[in-house]
Amino acid sequence: MKEPVYIGENPSTAPDLSELLVRVAQGDHEAFGSVYDAMSGPVFGLVRSILRDPAQSEEVAQEVMVEVWRNAARYRPEKGSAMAWTMTLAHRRAVDRVRSAQASSDREQRAALLEHTPAFDEVTEQVETRLEREQVRRCLRTLTELQRQSVTLAYYRGLTYREVAELLALPLGTVKTRMRDGLIRLRDCLGVTA
Amino acid sequence: MTADLHTLAGAYVLHALSPEELAEFERHLSDCDSCALEVRELAATTQRLGAAVATAPPPEMRVRVLRQIATVRQEPPEVPPERAGRVRTRRIGGVIPRLVLAACVAGALLGGGVAAWQYQEARDARDQAQLAERSNDELMGVLTSPDVVVESTGLDDGATGTVLVSAERDRAVFVASGMAEPPAGMVYQLWFDDDGTMRPGGLMDPADGPTGSAVLMDGPVNGAGGMGITLEPAGGSPQPTSDPLLVMAFPEAG
Ligand SMILES: [Zn+2]
Repeated sequence: MKEPVYIGENPSTAPDLSELLVRVAQGDHEAFGSVYDAMSGPVFGLVRSILRDPAQSEEVAQEVMVEVWRNAARYRPEKGSAMAWTMTLAHRRAVDRVRSAQASSDREQRAALLEHTPAFDEVTEQVETRLEREQVRRCLRTLTELQRQSVTLAYYRGLTYREVAELLALPLGTVKTRMRDGLIRLRDCLGVTA
Repeated sequence: MTADLHTLAGAYVLHALSPEELAEFERHLSDCDSCALEVRELAATTQRLGAAVATAPPPEMRVRVLRQIATVRQEPPEVPPERAGRVRTRRIGGVIPRLVLAACVAGALLGGGVAAWQYQEARDARDQAQLAERSNDELMGVLTSPDVVVESTGLDDGATGTVLVSAERDRAVFVASGMAEPPAGMVYQLWFDDDGTMRPGGLMDPADGPTGSAVLMDGPVNGAGGMGITLEPAGGSPQPTSDPLLVMAFPEAG
């Protein structure tokens, strides 16, 4: 009566990230190693896009990966994928870091952010992310200019919507709305399902 | 104002709200299903934006992270508070995806593990790895069985006992949370209740480490109507020698 137990939908495939996180929550170091290998690239890339400074980015990315270990039991699959959970964590951490540092910095420095080209243009091309990058880039082009700027300034730069509004000289309500309808358009273009 | 709140979902997933607005939107989120769904979808969307800038971190970071987690205690899952003495029954039908179910019972399992961690803070990560190993196979089989039914009950001292039964596998798993360590020389013994007759169902010794608080009960359920726990001399007894600390009826199969 002893039979293998498969948790995922397809027993023949490698364990997916959600399944791995369940094992991480049980203290499984090997599962964590696999989770690290799958997630550290996206986490590091995102954190670096927001923080810029390589040493700080490494420090924050490391904190995020340790937090995945520490809080794996709090991951709730019904609220989204394991990757989305981790990336939300990473974004939150990076944004917190940038805001605490920014509290003292001046407005001109923020204005300089607008001059930056989008982060994904600067990253060294990696085979495994090239397709993803192409698709995201293509879908970002389907957004209006205001939608695209609102979304990318907040996501890749860590600005609040008030800061985005100030930077783009737009009413607050407009930026709120552009962020939402921009993401909705992006969702539809990428074919994202929750 | 409510209509206005709905529009914050985008700024919310971008972490672009002020702390006050964040608190307000999170309150709204807890009772607005359409925003909750939108947040899930938009967070899945921003994740794609993140994946598009993926960059391999320096290889030394992996070494550092793996070394660091060996000394980092894992947080328990968030479980709803339960009052002592209140009995709660949850039915988990076959319609729930197995993955969700597995995560949810793994949560219950770890909820039990916490009990051991609380008085064994010093135990290192090796015990946690053991938990994964020893809880495998049949135990995981029960936890992930599509027909598993779950029942929890509170004990006088605030501890919680949860039993998971799979009729298909004819096995039961008991998970304790917050149970005190047994007195020296004593163990907790589990019993199947065969219509008033107690049949030994294995030992549960929290001193074994985290594994001690989640146990696959020995032998098949075999029609037992419930289970109980007593405190017995080390090694266990053929019949209970003390009053039960807990008696629970098995939930009916959903
Ligand atoms: Zn709403």
